[in-house]
Formats: sequence, structure tokens, C-alpha cells
Amino acid sequence: MPRYGMVIDTLKCVGCSDCVIACKTENNIPEGYNRDWIVTEARGKFPTINMEIRTERCNHCSETPCVSCCPTGASHIHDVGGVVLVDHEKCIGCKACVEACPYDARYIHPDGYADKCTFCIHRVEKGLKPACVEVCPTYCMHFGDLDDPNSEVSKLLQSRKWHVNLPDAGTKPNIFYLV
Amino acid sequence: MNELLELTTTRNNPHVDPFMAMWEWQIPVYLFLGGLVAGMMIISGYFIFSGRHKESNCACFSIPFISLVFLSLGMFALFLDLAHKPYVWRLYTTFQIKSPMSWGAWILILVYPALIANIMMKPSLWMLRLYPKLSLWSGKVNQHPFFIKIIGISNMILGMMLGAYTGVLLSSMGSRPLWNTSLLWVLFLVSGLSAAAAFVHLFAKNKAESELLAKADNGFLVVELFVFVMIFLGFLSSARPHIEAAQLLLTGPYAPTFWVFVIGLGIVIPLIIQLLAVNHKIRHTAIAPIMVIVGGLVLRFIIVSAGQYSHWFNAHFH
Repeated sequence: MPRYGMVIDTLKCVGCSDCVIACKTENNIPEGYNRDWIVTEARGKFPTINMEIRTERCNHCSETPCVSCCPTGASHIHDVGGVVLVDHEKCIGCKACVEACPYDARYIHPDGYADKCTFCIHRVEKGLKPACVEVCPTYCMHFGDLDDPNSEVSKLLQSRKWHVNLPDAGTKPNIFYLV
Repeated sequence: MNELLELTTTRNNPHVDPFMAMWEWQIPVYLFLGGLVAGMMIISGYFIFSGRHKESNCACFSIPFISLVFLSLGMFALFLDLAHKPYVWRLYTTFQIKSPMSWGAWILILVYPALIANIMMKPSLWMLRLYPKLSLWSGKVNQHPFFIKIIGISNMILGMMLGAYTGVLLSSMGSRPLWNTSLLWVLFLVSGLSAAAAFVHLFAKNKAESELLAKADNGFLVVELFVFVMIFLGFLSSARPHIEAAQLLLTGPYAPTFWVFVIGLGIVIPLIIQLLAVNHKIRHTAIAPIMVIVGGLVLRFIIVSAGQYSHWFNAHFH
């Protein structure tokens, strides 16, 4: 079974928000809500300050507190690619998963259910790329099977330095940032 | 010059940014009422188990109905919190073994029969007027001392499960460092017992019980202080997110409320008043119990609110 993940090149990302707009359009995200977003991080001592721009979303972690805390099984791991999804018909809107995510990647949709990035699984299952990856003008986003050593994402992780967000939170995220 | 760390995000999801505020008043109110009912069930169960129910004015006859009302109010607050209310029945079509909330949903279902069985031991007059057949049932229950023992034990066990689960619900969230201590259920259980002892002391008609509850409450308050010390020792000797989480209560934005309402007015001062009262230096008044009860409520509010505020920091940038 594949394990889907993303590799994002922070040296190419310019924070243009095209991925954000593509996601909102593709997935009909209500106004004021975001499944993906841009983070700009500046760190260091003046004048040697390092800046990283990156696009963030649900990390589709391998250890999933959002799934284990769900009282109804609405929050689940999809059969294909280990993608973390929410079954809207099972969700009672208790918000436990929103609280359980150390990345704060979830929100409560105005219709009442918990919502988040799906890796555009409806597109991926048709052989397409997620909408955000598809539109990126700098080609900084790569999507694929992390368990396949010959996939583009695996090769990038072998050849470049990378980090994940909040590794100490222990959720084994599947989105990697090239540095 | 200090090292700079600045994060700017374009995300602004309601109740998630700039910091998590998903759970509002409904959750602490439920946790408080759940803890209070848990404490009252343990007290009532203990009174029954130890044979105090043989005295006609035993508090174990008035506790279960009050518990039933309070628990229902708490569950209603929980229902109000749900964002997808028409789907609430989904809780009872499955059991998710890793989810404390699923455990809680099923524990609550078991708590009601235990409370009702306790009520059946001696239904109130108004209940008998409404349903005269209750006296038949009540007679059957009281025929068997074995039944009575079972009612006492089941109330104690389910009370403990209810009180503990309210803490585990939060402590299972590794994402919020302030909640992520395995002592949280002990704190909530002891605080629930303390609030329950204070509350039952207020309306207990039996003098011996009233005195016993005041003494027990003093014990619970001392244990609660001790648990707080243990929790903070654990946090302060842990990693930075946990140290920062503890500082939110000890010295940070939540410190004034924590020290004044939870520790000062909620534990230390009522403890001093009640110690004087049980040693017959002053008379028992409603002041100390009310302070304890309010302190328990403020504790739930501060833990839910500060817990959501506590977070992991970005430690990945090497």
C-alpha cells in the first residue's frame, strides 16, 4: 500500500498563495477558512537572519491523535495512501480532533463537521495531482508515494536536507520541507 | 542581542487562530458537573456500602436525584457544544477503544441506571405520588441486602470512572502540553470529591455525616494541593513546551486567577476555615463549602482555557 506524502522545497516557495486559492476553489472552502496556508518564519540574530517561506496543511501523520481521539470513527485513515480523512456523516462536531492536532490543521466547517486537507484524494484516485501541487508556479511542491524508493518524493528526500514541522510532537508527519 | 523567532501565518481559521479556543464555557461546565456528580456518587456509594443507609436521614437518599439532575444539565451543556448536533446518535453506534470521549459516552449510559437504582432505595414522596408503583419496586430492592451492597459498590466504581475520565479526556491530548500530564485525572477526581463533599455537607441532615464530610473535604483539599505540586514538579522538570505550559498558570497570564481563585479562595482559605470548624473553634457555615465549589468550577475553566492556549513551539529550524 502506498504512503502518500509531500515534499516542499522551501528554497523555491515564494509564498504566492496560489496553492491556497487552488485549494479553496477545488474544495469549495467557505470564506474565512483555510485547509492550507502560508507560513513565513524568520529566525536568527541580526544581521544573520534566516527566513523560510513554506506552504502548510494537514501533515497526514503516521501517528494520528486526531483519529484515535475520535469517538465515532468519523476521523479515519483512508484505505488508499494512509490519507487522514473525516467522514462528514459520522462527525458529531465534538472538536476533540481539532484540539488533538498539534499543528492546528483542522477547523469546524460552518456546516458543523470537522474539516481539513484531504490531499485532494478525489483527484489523486483519478491519477491527478492535488490541486495545490498542480498549480504551484515555482514547482516547489511534490506529491507521491514515500514508501516507493523510486518515487520523486523519495529521491528528493534522499538527495536533499529536509525537516518536518514539530517533530517533538511525535506524530510522524508525512510532509517534508527541503532546506 | 536576543535571538529572533517570528512566525507569520496567513491562516485565520475561526476559534483556531491566533490561539486555540474551540472549547468554550460548555466544556468546563460539563467537566465540573461531571466531577461533582462523580464525587457525590462515590460519597453516596460509600455511605450505602458502610451501612449508613440504615439511618433514615442518610444523605445517600437525597444525593442520587440531585446527581441525576446535575449530570443531565452537564450532558446538555456538552450537547450544546456539539457543532453537528443532528448526528449525536453516532456516539452510540460504535465503541472506539482509543477514544476517551467514546469511553465517556458509554460510562454516562451506565451511570444513569446506577443513580436510578440508588433512588429506588427510598424514592421521594413526590415520586411516589406521581408513580405509586415505585413503592413496590423499592420494596423489592430493599428485600435483598445483597442488592443494596451492589448499588453501593456500583455507585462508587462508576463515580470513579466518571471522575477519572473527565481528566483523561484532556490528558490524552499530547498536542496541548498543559493537559498532557497523567496526573490530570487524579486532580479532577480529587477536586470532584472535594466539591461533592462540600456540596453534600451543605444539605446533609445527619449531623454525624455532615461532620464526617467536612473532615473528608479537608483531606481532599490537602491531597489536591499535593497533586498540584506534583503536576508542576513534573512540568517544570520536563521539556520547554511543558515548562512554558506550567508558567502560564504559575507566573503567566492565568496566574492571578489561578493563585487567587483556585489556590487561595478555592483551597487554602476554605481549608483553614474548615479546619477551625471541625476542631470546634468556630461554627460551620456555608462560606467554606461555597468557596470550594466555586474553586472547583474555576479550576475547570482555567485548565480548559490555559490548556488550549499552551502549545508546541517550532523546534525544527536548525
